[in-house]
Amino acid sequence: MAGIPTILHVGLVWIPTIASILLSFSNWKGIRFSDITWVGITNYQQIFTVFEKNFFQALINNSVLLVFLFVGPTTLGIILAYLLDKDIHGTRFFQSIFFTPVVLSLAVVGFMWQSVIYSTENGLATQLFGGGKPIDWLGNQSFLVPFGGGYGISNNFVAILVAMAWRHSGYIMVLYLAGLKSVDNTLREAAMLDGSNEWQTFRHVVFPSLKPINVVVAVITVIEALRAFDIIYVLNTPRKTEVLSILTTNNLLGEGGGNVGRGSAYATILFVLCFGFVIWYVRNHYRNTQEGADS
Amino acid sequence: MTGTGVGARRRVRVKPARVALYAFIALTALLWLVPIAGAIFASFRPFADTVRDGFFSRPRSFTLDNYANAWDQGDILHKYWNTALVLVPALVLTLFFSSMVAFVASRYSWKFNILLLSVFTAGNLLPQQIIIQPLFQFYNRVEMPSFLSNSGKLNGSTWGLVLIHVAFQSGFCTFVLSNYMKLLPKSLNEAARIDGAGVWNQYRQIIMPLTLPAVAALATLEFTWIYNDFFWAVVLEQQGADRPITSSLANLGGEFFTDDNLIAAASMYVALPTLIVYFALQRYFIAGLTIGAEKG
Repeated sequence: MAGIPTILHVGLVWIPTIASILLSFSNWKGIRFSDITWVGITNYQQIFTVFEKNFFQALINNSVLLVFLFVGPTTLGIILAYLLDKDIHGTRFFQSIFFTPVVLSLAVVGFMWQSVIYSTENGLATQLFGGGKPIDWLGNQSFLVPFGGGYGISNNFVAILVAMAWRHSGYIMVLYLAGLKSVDNTLREAAMLDGSNEWQTFRHVVFPSLKPINVVVAVITVIEALRAFDIIYVLNTPRKTEVLSILTTNNLLGEGGGNVGRGSAYATILFVLCFGFVIWYVRNHYRNTQEGADS
Repeated sequence: MTGTGVGARRRVRVKPARVALYAFIALTALLWLVPIAGAIFASFRPFADTVRDGFFSRPRSFTLDNYANAWDQGDILHKYWNTALVLVPALVLTLFFSSMVAFVASRYSWKFNILLLSVFTAGNLLPQQIIIQPLFQFYNRVEMPSFLSNSGKLNGSTWGLVLIHVAFQSGFCTFVLSNYMKLLPKSLNEAARIDGAGVWNQYRQIIMPLTLPAVAALATLEFTWIYNDFFWAVVLEQQGADRPITSSLANLGGEFFTDDNLIAAASMYVALPTLIVYFALQRYFIAGLTIGAEKG
C-alpha cells in the first residue's frame, strides 16, 4: 500500500539527490552516459577559484538572507501574531491581508515588485525617493554594505530582501497565531497577577510554552533562506543577487547551460548546508513522537 | 482568544496603548497592501497614463481594455487548461498516495515506520534545485508515446510535471496526515480487525472518513502550491505553449505583452484562482498549515 508512493518519492527525490552528489565529481555535459569522466574534486576546485566571485557572493547573500529573515520578517511575523491575538476587532481581516502575499502567484508578485514598486522610471519607490530622476533599483550592483575584496551586500539585493520580507512575515504570522491560541490563558493571567509586565510574561511564560512552534518557525526560516529562488529568479537582476539555488539552475538553463558536473557541485554544497539541519529537525520530531507512543 | 478577563481589564485601564496597537496594525496592513493595490489600480488604467504619471498618480481615466486584450494576447483560457491538466491529477494523486503511506506508518507498528516517515519529512525540506540536474537528464531520456507527450519525452510532458509534483508534495502531505492519524484511537483498527475488515477496508471505511478534515485542509494548501509552482515548470516544460499559467506568465517582460498595464491585467488572471480558493476556504487553508506545525 505504501509501496508505490514510496518508490515514487524515493525515485524522484532521493535518488536524484544521490545522483547529484555523484555527478558533482564528473565533468559530464549531459549528452551521452559514455561521456562521463570522473574528475575528482575538480568542479569544487573551480568553484572555489575560477568562479569564486559568484560562489562567495552567493554564500554571502544566502547568509545575509538568513540573518535578515530572522531579524526582520520572522520577528515581525511573531509580533503581528501576538498583537492580533489580543482580541482585536477585525483580526480575520488583518490576517487575510498579511497572508495574501503568500498565496499570490509569482507572476503577480514579480510584476508588483518589478514594475509597480521598482520600475526605474515610474515605480512607487522611484516616485517617492527619486526626486524626479529615475532610479535603477534592481540593476544597481554597487554595494550598500561593502565587505571588502569585491564582496558585500549590493543595493539590488537589498531591494529584493524587501520583497521577500513582504512574503515571509505573513507565513510566520499565521503559524504563530495558531500556536498562541493554544497557550493556556491561566498561565498568562497567573504571571500577570504575580506582577510580571507584558514583555516578561511573553518572554518567560508564553514564548517557552510555544517551543514546538518556535522550532517550526526556525526551521522554516532557515530552509527558506537556503532555498530562496523564485522571487530572485523572476526579478531577473543582472548580478550580485545570486544565491546557491540560482547558481545551480544557471548551469542548466543559463549561459553555462548543460554543465551537469558543476551544477551538481553547487547542488551538493547546498545539500550539505541543508542536510545537517534537516536531520536534526526530523530526529527531534520523531524522537518526541516515539516517546509519546511508548508512554 | 485572549482571556476575556485580562483583555477586558486592560481595555479599560490603558486606552492609549490600545489606540497605538490599532494604529500599528492598520498602518502595517496598509503598507502590505500597497504593491497589491498598485497592481490592481494599474490593470484598470491605460498604459499612456501610468507612463506619463507613474503607477501611483491621480487617474485620468479607467478602462477594461487591458483585461480584454490580455485575455486574447495571453491566451489565458488555454493556459488555465494547461494548469488544470497538471493540477487536478497531481492534487488527487498526492493526497491519495500520502494518505496511504500515512495510514500504514501511523496505524501499524512496524520496525521501519520512523525511517519511512523520516524519509518523507526530510524529502519535503530539501531545496528543489538540489535534484534538478539529474532529474532533468532522467526526464530527457524517458520516452513517452506521442499521445501522452508532445515532445515524445517525459521532459516537456504534462505527466512529467504531475509526477514530480506528486513525488515532492507527498513529503509534506505524508508528514501532516501521519501526525493527524496518530491521534485517532488505536482501538478503531482493532475493532475493525475483529469484525474481519481487511487493511484496505480499514483505510477506506474507518480511517479516511475520520481524516477528511485534514485532507480537505491539505487540498486547499496543495492547490495553491501546485498552482503557484514556478520552478518545475520552467525547467521541465520548456515549450511555452504547454506551460501552466504561473510559469508561462511569470517572465512577463515582453514575451506576450508590450505594456505594463496589460501585464497587470494578465497577472490578475493568474492570481484569481488561488485568491478565490484562499478567501473562500480560509479556515481550511490555515488549518492545513497548522496541523503540520502544531505537532512539530
